[in-house]
Order: sequence, then structure tokens, then C-alpha cells
Amino acid sequence: MKALLVCEQREGKLLDTSYELVAFAERLGAEVSLVLVGKQAQAPQVAGKLYLADVDKYGEYSPELHKHIVLAAALKENPDYIIFPHSSYGWDLAPRVAATLRVGQVSEIVNIVDGQLEVSLCNGKLRRTVSPKGARAVLTVQAGAFNYAGQKSGAPQVEEIEISQGSSALQFVGYEPAEKKEVDLGRAEIIVSAGRGVGKKENVGVIADLAKAFGGELGASRPVVDAGWVGHSHQVGTTGQTVSPKLYVACGISGAIQHLAGMKKSDFIVAINKDKDAPISEAADVMVVADVLQLAPVLAEKLRAA
Amino acid sequence: MNILVCIKQVPDMESRFKVNGTGDWYDEADLAYRMNEYDEYAVEQAVQLKEQLGNQPEITVLSIGADRVGEALKKALAMGCDKAVQVQDNDSARKDPWQIANIIAAFASDKNFDVIFTGMQSQDRGSAQVGVTVAEILGHNCASTLVGFEYADGVVTAKRELEGGVKSVVKVPVPALVTCQLGLNVPRYPTLPNIMKAKKKELQLVPVSSLLKEEAATGTAKLYPPVKSGGGIVLEGDLGDVADRLLGILKEKTTVMK
Repeated sequence: MKALLVCEQREGKLLDTSYELVAFAERLGAEVSLVLVGKQAQAPQVAGKLYLADVDKYGEYSPELHKHIVLAAALKENPDYIIFPHSSYGWDLAPRVAATLRVGQVSEIVNIVDGQLEVSLCNGKLRRTVSPKGARAVLTVQAGAFNYAGQKSGAPQVEEIEISQGSSALQFVGYEPAEKKEVDLGRAEIIVSAGRGVGKKENVGVIADLAKAFGGELGASRPVVDAGWVGHSHQVGTTGQTVSPKLYVACGISGAIQHLAGMKKSDFIVAINKDKDAPISEAADVMVVADVLQLAPVLAEKLRAA
Repeated sequence: MNILVCIKQVPDMESRFKVNGTGDWYDEADLAYRMNEYDEYAVEQAVQLKEQLGNQPEITVLSIGADRVGEALKKALAMGCDKAVQVQDNDSARKDPWQIANIIAAFASDKNFDVIFTGMQSQDRGSAQVGVTVAEILGHNCASTLVGFEYADGVVTAKRELEGGVKSVVKVPVPALVTCQLGLNVPRYPTLPNIMKAKKKELQLVPVSSLLKEEAATGTAKLYPPVKSGGGIVLEGDLGDVADRLLGILKEKTTVMK
């Protein structure tokens, strides 16, 4: 089985998701080749052939040109799978490649079960195995689902790749950096996060108070940030911050896969939720089945008294 | 200008999901349905664009599914869309993203839509494929995962959400398809007068067989609840007691309580 891995770089830096693709391909038992729109200095340090297209020539974000580069590499390698990270880059590009090749796509793979591709459904409440029907397929792999345990010291055999398509109707203007941070969750030892289950903005204070009693920082899941209850710098997850504190307390968070990907490397995870079977329970070391708005003040009081 | 918005009706994600009798989808009985959250942002953005252009453009809202999707279509009409299309398909859950995209593209192919809005993904299936694939089939420009949308002189300036709070800005000439991320705007609540007006708006029924010519490119083998790792401790009962036991565990198993 052969896999072509579509690596991702941004502003001169190879993203770690590229290595996660290598880990996923290893689990599949596939022979690997890679493709990157970037520079040789950003090449993933793994063995295999790397098709490299010059980012200065083809652009940081130019889906039409990047699509043709991936297709050109696929034409040379004839892979069974063309694999992308399930990221803003991958989910934008993968369907373009799949549609052009008229092959099936399986998105956001979280596991391989008995050789089958497993994906998540309904915010992680269900799982299913999906099989592509043709000989070839496009896949995207969930961030954080496959960890690369190998040494980052191999050297790929680089082959430069060029395409004849020269321009793109879509014009990349530039990046906008993340907003200035009110809080740096990446350095926090204890994070107490509020989820949609806290109900309304006024209740976030109860969770903030618990965070204070623990001597930690306040985190939040995406819906809480989108609703404007707290600022974006508190957001934990793939579109917020990826964190790994010594203690993570998830309050009223059901555990959408994007949130889990951002916090599951925490040393110890406590989830407080009324629903014992919420997907967060999978990641939790301790699952407290309770109304967090009732439990949090009791817990904060005991912490202060201790 | 001619605008299309594609919406999906999904179960409330707070529901308890059970696997159906054939083991390939969730049991649809006893579930409460609503408009896919991402699609609410798509509808709102379409209506805002119409308002910006002096209410000249016509907005068509389309959904694929059984008759119950009429409820989601009515909500979109009450939010400001002009006419609705239900692609009638009692078995839409078994269509894969490739087929769904082909149904939409077949409908749109001869109607000269300048801008097509979709959600970035559905809440139940979450493949994030349909919108981009529709654009690819139609040959439209496309930008995904929008948290910012501006339109002027035939060009959409889109702000795409990347990872870690970073965004990218792109300019996309129309005809264009954009997929909408959560937080793009604040979806409006339909007012009572608008709900009443929506009842008089056109609902067109189109049988799926007239649009779908493609076989599925993927298939579901099996559907099941996540396998529990089983390692976690579960605490429940009296609040004071639970709090004491939790703090005891934290003292024993972590270094943060010392």
C-alpha cells in the first residue's frame, strides 16, 4: 500500500501535523512519499521521497495551484491514499483533490480499528468506520489523534516539482496574527475551563472563581468564546490554544473532538458534567457527575479552607 | 445578483444517540431537529449581503431531506431568504458527501448563482467536504472556514480561520462559494411578522432522482458508541462528599495540591 502525505507549512515553519501523517501512515503500514509547498529547510525529517514545490513560486495559500501540485505528485507516485491533515489547509484542499480525481474522501479520521478507518459523529457521541469504494481515496487525519513517536532525524530524498498552471483566481492577501493574549494558557499549571453547560455569561464567574481557588487560569470551549462570554485567548482547542497543564478541569464541556485535541495531553483531567456519557468522559481521569454550577462553589469553598 | 444558501437539518447535539437497527446510522426517532449551527451563520451572511445591496438580490435556500427539513427552510425564509427548495430525499442520511455535493451542484448548474453560502461542516457528520466539493464541481472560486465576509465590486474579501487564533485574508472573485465558520456573525432571530411572511413564500419540491446521477464514493461499515477506555473514576452523589473525594484524589494523584 502506498500513501502520499500532504505536509503543511506556514510562514516558513513546518507544522507538526505533517509528522502526525507519518504516524498515521505507519499505523496503516503504508509505504510513504511526501509532498510540500515550501522550502527544503522545512522538509520533514523522515525517510521517503519528498516532492517539493517552491512556496515563493506557488504561494502560501493558493488552493488551485496547491491542488495541481498534489495531483502532479500523485501522478508520479500512483498512491492508494492521498492523506491530508484535517486542518484549515487540509479540509480546504482535500475535497478539491478528491473531486478532481473523482474518488471518495474520508474526513477527520480519529483511529484505525481492525484495519478500518474510524471517524467521529455527532460531537464524538458516536463513532463509525468508513470505507472508500474505489481503489484510491483521499483521507484527512484529525489533529492529535496519531502521535509520531519516531526520531525526527531522517532525511527525505527531495525531488523538485513544477506545474504549468501559473495563476490563481483566489488572491492571498496575508495572515492576521492571533489577538493579543489576556492570558497565556500554554504556561498554566492548572486550567479550569467553562463550556456551554454553564448556561449563560453570568455563570462564567462561578467557574472563574473555582479557577482562582485552584490557583489556576480560566479556560473555555469554543461555544463560550463565540457567544462572547470570555475572550478568545481563553479558548482551548484546535482553533484556540493547545494546552498541557498538570491539572485540567472541564466544567460543563461535552468534549467536542476539537476541544479534546487541544487538552488531552494534560497530566490529569477532571470533567464535571451532568451527562455521565458525554464524550469528555473518554479523556477524563475523574468524571464527576454533577451540575457544575452547584458543585463549583462547594469545591471552591473547600479549596479555600484547605 | 443571485444568491444560494445550502442548509442541513441536524439533530440537537445534546440528544442521546442510539444506533439504528441496521447498525449504519443513528436512530432518527425521538430526536429533536434544528438547523445545522454552521448553516445559521451562512443564512445570516446571505441576508446581510442582500441588505447591503439594497435588497436587490434574490436568496434561494436549499435543503436535502425528508419533509421535516421544511421546518429548517421556514426558519431560513423567516430570517430573510426569498424562496426555498426542498430536494425530497427520505434517505439523505445514506448519501455520502460526494453525492450530496453533486445534488447541490446539479441544482445550481443552470441558475447562475453569484455567491453560494454553506456551513463549514454539519454538526452530525462533520466531513467539511460538501461546500468545497460543490465549488469544485461547478468550477467556482471557493474559500472555506470564514470568520469574516465583505463584498464589493464582484469580489469577496474573506477572512479564513486557521489554527491557534491565526487568520488568513483572501480575495475571491465571484462566482464564489464560501463556507461559514461559527462566529462569522450573529444570526438573527426571526421576528413574528417575518415568520408570518415566510408562510407565503414559495417552497419548491424537487425529487432527488432528478438531480442525483452519482454513486456513493464511500460507505459506512459500522456505527457504534465510542469504546470507553474504562480507566476513569466516576464520582456521583452528595455534593460535599463528591468534593471531598475529588480533592482526596487530586492530593493523591497530582502534584498541584501540595
